[in-house]
Amino acid sequence: MLTSGEWQAVGVSLVVATRAVAVGLPLALVIAWFLARRRFPGRTLLDALVHAPLVLPPVVVGYALLLLFGVRGPIGHWLDATFGARLVFTSAGASLAAGVIAFPMMVRAIRIALEGIDPGIELAARSLGARTVDRFLSITLPLALPGIVAAAIVGFAVCLGEFGAVITFAASIPGETQTLPLAIYAALQTPGGEDTALKLALVSLAVAVVALIAAEALGRWARRWAARSP
Amino acid sequence: MIDFEARASVGEFRLDVSFHAPETGTTVLFGPSGAGKSTVLALLAGALRPESGRIVVGNEVFLDTKSGTSVALEDRHLGWVFQDGRLFPHLTVAQNLDYGLRRRARPGPARIERQRVLDVLGIGALLERWPRDLSGGERQRVAIGRALLAQPRLLLMDEPLASLDLARKREILELLASVGAGFATPTVYVTHSVAELLRLADHVVLLDRGRVLAEGPAREVIGRGDTPLLATRSDAGALVEAPIVAQRPERGATLLRLGSDEIQIPHVAGEIGRLVRLHVIANDVILATERPRAISVRNVLAASVHRLAPRADGAVNVELTLAGGPRLLATVTQEAVRDLALTPGLAVFALLKSVAIDAPAGMRLLEES
Repeated sequence: MLTSGEWQAVGVSLVVATRAVAVGLPLALVIAWFLARRRFPGRTLLDALVHAPLVLPPVVVGYALLLLFGVRGPIGHWLDATFGARLVFTSAGASLAAGVIAFPMMVRAIRIALEGIDPGIELAARSLGARTVDRFLSITLPLALPGIVAAAIVGFAVCLGEFGAVITFAASIPGETQTLPLAIYAALQTPGGEDTALKLALVSLAVAVVALIAAEALGRWARRWAARSP
Repeated sequence: MIDFEARASVGEFRLDVSFHAPETGTTVLFGPSGAGKSTVLALLAGALRPESGRIVVGNEVFLDTKSGTSVALEDRHLGWVFQDGRLFPHLTVAQNLDYGLRRRARPGPARIERQRVLDVLGIGALLERWPRDLSGGERQRVAIGRALLAQPRLLLMDEPLASLDLARKREILELLASVGAGFATPTVYVTHSVAELLRLADHVVLLDRGRVLAEGPAREVIGRGDTPLLATRSDAGALVEAPIVAQRPERGATLLRLGSDEIQIPHVAGEIGRLVRLHVIANDVILATERPRAISVRNVLAASVHRLAPRADGAVNVELTLAGGPRLLATVTQEAVRDLALTPGLAVFALLKSVAIDAPAGMRLLEES
């Protein structure tokens, strides 16, 4: 079946995507809430910034991350000096790159769900004494849950497949940042690697199918939960 | 007292409203759509901020733009019932009911008890159900219960019957007539329906295009011959309350004491002594200067002309004072005024067909609307 190196690529893919979604989803929720519910100066700029990775070539996004989070970049330098943490060429960096690409899709899915909630329902909760955080947790979050689950699924899928931003920012280090698409590309670059490439492509397909089935089940559960019929 | 005074603009719409309503019973904000009724309610609730104004309920200043006081919506302790119910779709009926109760409960027994609300509203059997499985009427009952259980100092109702069918309207209207008094919670009720105004109002504020046209106790405002919005309607009339003196179920009639006379109306349930609220439509009142004999009309009441109010459409509204004090309104033509020489102080007889009397007030108009 698969060699340990090939299993490693599967493992890296899952770890990179899971971490990207775990960190990115709450952040996407906050941004989506602000975009959907608040009017503030700089809102259009924030909206554009969030959506930029959707229209930029992923390589450009990866390059921008290098400039910002590279050891000599403003954020990367600060992280290195303060925490001794480096993102470039690390698994966490691969998650960052994949997560930034997936972020606009996650924000979008959550925002649509939030905008689908009748503000009147939240007003009713307010009149019954629920303050902002209470109201968010007891009304907004549960009603937006199907959208949040959808965002997680889409985000996970995008992260699994992301290539350009990851290879540019995190390189293709086996066992560390070499996800399935990167491993497939590497195999194709290696003479006689076609068999490995095909195997990994099939594994990608299998992972995608399993993920989709799980996502479908999760989505159905979330919709049922939100509409809770007896 | 509810002292309300606010100036606000919402887009093109300018609102400049001031009224003073008692902190008991039901105050109805009445007016056509676009009058600003819901805006007033939103200002009262604190969902909107006026440019300037002062809103005081009882001894609590909700808002005073001069001193910069503004109590947040969450802290105004109101119960707000919306036209569309707005139940939380992801919570059961019981969880909906307890949402405000949990957040507003103070130590000690609740002023408005859960069990009593369930009994009065008839929703005890719905507790485990989900909002989407309720009928429109049930949903509105739960919404009213949820608002009451938040132990509000003031209940706000924004056209709570508007989205219901006729049968449900009847049912909920009867319920509302008993709820306000039953839970001793003052209510501000917004509607454009005369039927709801007649059935529920203790105090009336008439609004049009962001202005107050008239305000006062319901019986005074509604029974006057020159009240804007109301007096020129074909269903204009007087609102009176009369105690039951006898039931005659065998002839489908109930006898009431109106001033010092007795009148007969179509049967309404109730024990002797209970007050029935009547709406006597001015177009259905006939005036005579002599007591007619041999006539099918059952109710012939001695009255005197109080005031004549000519209407823009050529007819004349005649305000009458019945023996013993109550007021009626009769609409007659100018010819009739001339032929009968109707002038203030003239003694007349008011003839009311018993079947034409609307009791409880508003229920007939509800059917016609």
